[in-house]
Amino acid sequence: MGPIEFIRTSLRFILRGGVAYWLWIVLLGALIAWGGVAYVDQLRHGLIVTNMRDQVSWAFYIGNFTFLVGVAAAAVVLVIPAYVYHWKPIKEVAILGEILAISAIVMCLLFVVVDMGRPDRSWHLLPGIGRLNFPGSVLAWDVLVLNLYLVLNLTIVTHILYRGMQGRAYNPRLVVPLILFSVPAAVGIHTVTAFLYAGLPGRPYWNASILAPRFLCSAFCSGPAIMLIVFQILQRTSNIQIRDTAIWKIAELMAYAMFLNLFLLGAEIFKEYYSATQHLVHFEYLFAGLRGHHALVPYAWAFVTCGIVAFLLFLFPATRRNVVTLNLGCLLIYASVYIEKGMGLVMPAFTPDTLGEIYEYTPTIHELRIGAAIFSIGFLIFTVLCKIAVPIMTGEFVARPSRARAA
Amino acid sequence: MANTGTDDGVSRRDFLTAVGLAAAGVLAGCSPEVREAYLQKHFLELTPEEVQHRLARLRADCRKQFGRDVSISAVPARPDVMFGYALDLSRCIGCRRCVYACVKENNQSRDPQIQWIRVLEMEKEHGIDLERANPYYDPEKVPDVDHFYVPVACQQCRNPQCTTVCPVGATWQEPDGIVVIDYDWCIGCRYCMAACPYGARHFNWGEPHLPPEELNPDLHVLGNRPRPTGVVEKCTFCIQRVRTGRYPACVEICPVGARKFGNLLDPESEIARILKEKRVFVLKSELNTEPKFYYFYGV
Amino acid sequence: MSQDTEDRPEKGPENDELEFSIARSNALIPLLLLFGLSILGIVLIIVRAKPIESSEGATARQAFGPADFPGIFQQPPLEPLVAAPVADAGGHADVLFPVPAPPFSEGIFPCSTCHADITPNPERRELAMHEDIVLHHDEEHRWCLDCHDQNDRDHLRLASGAAIPFTESYRLCGQCHGTQYRDWREGIHGKRTGRWDGAKRYLLCVHCHNPHSPRFAALQPLPPPVRPQFLHPEDAAAGRTDAARRQDGDGEHGH
Repeated sequence: MGPIEFIRTSLRFILRGGVAYWLWIVLLGALIAWGGVAYVDQLRHGLIVTNMRDQVSWAFYIGNFTFLVGVAAAAVVLVIPAYVYHWKPIKEVAILGEILAISAIVMCLLFVVVDMGRPDRSWHLLPGIGRLNFPGSVLAWDVLVLNLYLVLNLTIVTHILYRGMQGRAYNPRLVVPLILFSVPAAVGIHTVTAFLYAGLPGRPYWNASILAPRFLCSAFCSGPAIMLIVFQILQRTSNIQIRDTAIWKIAELMAYAMFLNLFLLGAEIFKEYYSATQHLVHFEYLFAGLRGHHALVPYAWAFVTCGIVAFLLFLFPATRRNVVTLNLGCLLIYASVYIEKGMGLVMPAFTPDTLGEIYEYTPTIHELRIGAAIFSIGFLIFTVLCKIAVPIMTGEFVARPSRARAA
Repeated sequence: MANTGTDDGVSRRDFLTAVGLAAAGVLAGCSPEVREAYLQKHFLELTPEEVQHRLARLRADCRKQFGRDVSISAVPARPDVMFGYALDLSRCIGCRRCVYACVKENNQSRDPQIQWIRVLEMEKEHGIDLERANPYYDPEKVPDVDHFYVPVACQQCRNPQCTTVCPVGATWQEPDGIVVIDYDWCIGCRYCMAACPYGARHFNWGEPHLPPEELNPDLHVLGNRPRPTGVVEKCTFCIQRVRTGRYPACVEICPVGARKFGNLLDPESEIARILKEKRVFVLKSELNTEPKFYYFYGV
Repeated sequence: MSQDTEDRPEKGPENDELEFSIARSNALIPLLLLFGLSILGIVLIIVRAKPIESSEGATARQAFGPADFPGIFQQPPLEPLVAAPVADAGGHADVLFPVPAPPFSEGIFPCSTCHADITPNPERRELAMHEDIVLHHDEEHRWCLDCHDQNDRDHLRLASGAAIPFTESYRLCGQCHGTQYRDWREGIHGKRTGRWDGAKRYLLCVHCHNPHSPRFAALQPLPPPVRPQFLHPEDAAAGRTDAARRQDGDGEHGH
């Protein structure tokens, strides 16, 4: 089977679906179009259509980017037990984690592109043709590492699916080293992203060594949460067998990550509140409001509460194995980490700004539309790739013998 | 891995060729000026001839945009010059004439408004405390009793954080100490703005609007040439003035003589004298940025 | 793949596998929809929130520019410098500075036009002429003839009794204000114009300080920057009318 046949067969899978599937696709398409129009408007008028200003120069887009890097990194939570410990129950579904990683990385790259003032000058980032400030700029590192991770996952997934479509097993000598490499790569992408922030002495809210560990812990909570929900959707809509032991193991790993997440948050809170230097202002703004500005306070307490409740739900095996509480816990931890990375990471660092000014940022409709479009693109990629992967995984698709061709 | 080349139709190589040809086709379809503007290299990679070519193009662009002739230079740094700045906090009265003189001299966008200098009103009781600073003061008269004033702009640090973090190297420090930006190379990621501890860098969030009659036609390509949308800008110590020996606009307009400027390497300059005879300090010294913008108290 | 939803998943060895699977439970999709809608709701609430109303009034919404204050920002031509005279014979050799002409009131100089015919009266009193001059300069201890030469009104008088021309008035000021004088000589004190790489342009003390009332008058400050939530021209208050434009500030300290 050549590449053309592969693409044709994939298209056949993608275009085959029931009403619910097509409604989903249409919904995503509508959101993408709606957001696409908003982006064209942003290109025409500039980033002033957002609410970002000099005082808060990174906000919604970069917050989402940071969260999604974590989601992409979290695919490794599936990979480690599957391939490092050869744990079959997860091995069957590890590819879904990689598909999630691909979708998440694409979303990350899109969020960066929509945040740029001059996306037409993106080629300036290409080493060789442009002028990539490597190794000086951590952002240059991030560009390289994210794209490397994307290529890595694309290679693994394409190979496995291609071979699967041919009815052959994947080549372990190619796949296993790549997959094993994706573990440090996943840790790498989120660490480099954390270093982006942690390396800035001018932003004391970020300039903490604890930032990279916090990022990794929150990623390992939220990414698998999405996977658990996706597994259950796939259970409903396809023939995939996902054993409960796999789900429980992932949930257990998440429980550890959640504990660490809360612990590291607690450590930061202690340090800031106990030493009570002027750097406390950012935490104060986040948790209590500052000088009459308190827009983020409800969200701060929401993410802490959601995180604690989710941890408790995942801590006890009874609630971990109960369908309702498990899903509730997944939603809660997803919300907690999303709020924390979006509003709890980027905005307090800029509020107050370097000269003590408070500008309270809230996203505009433009930003929300573009954000929704990018999320829809991610969901679309994930849906499409799953649509191709699932029939191969369940063995429903049997490779047609390829027409004999001269090799 | 997917088979290449041998089977029916499109191989990976063919696909990439097609993409490349398509891109080339798009570029070929543009006018030569547009293509040249899009593909221009980083300023530091230009030969002197190419620099002149770029200046000519910028002159033509200004002509088209403003209907006026401008003179635009790329005069380089002089040897044995390291610019320094000192601001006398005992004299600044917070009148903000420096802010607007800078806007006039450096062709900032009027709408949306960009100002490179920000004057902070501080309470005398608390001294220099950035958490209590107020840039929006607007009393009837200044100086207001109980307050003093601290103007802040780019500190032209010796260890600038902004130049380290730029992913494309669009901002760098010139040999005479001025941190400059190649406005044609900046991609607008704003990492430098996140990195700057002094809030000195400003972004063209919207299309900059400058009425043609307010254009200052004496330009420097790394300084006050009119900027496009989506790029970062900041104080350049009036590079178009200081490299020809003049003072920055803010120094000249200050009615109380609070602003001092000169060559740190010249022991006879007033800035060198200030460092020697007055007690200077810098903002946020613990960050190790080593600014070349000093503050002192003359009386 | 719609036909597959009718198929039952294979029964596994453990019962709880079926219990776990929610293939037959409809709870998940509505739960997700509820969650998604509530997120959307929260988000719409955020976005509808109005920006913080600025308490500073109109100026915080309006973006002013230098063109609104032409009086301040028109560049006056630099005044020609007066050639510095040679140092007095026998006088202590102060370095002499080329400065622009002293800022006399119109027609007042040379003073000898009137004073050549008037007998000097050294007694401190309120003057019949020059009532426009109000002395706010150590007036408890000094009066006019401590600085102005009693016998030659076209010169000033140092503490030693030596007469100096008005173009060297800095020497007189420097007698009491030694630190400022020293700073001024080095270029640290006073308004700086000219070239940093060439000869400094000096102004006389009296170009900025009214010698009879030297303290600077407070100025009206130029407007604050526009607040970031009003940076977008569409967000700012409607229109800048001429009435809202501020008066030109006064940058001069004339006498």
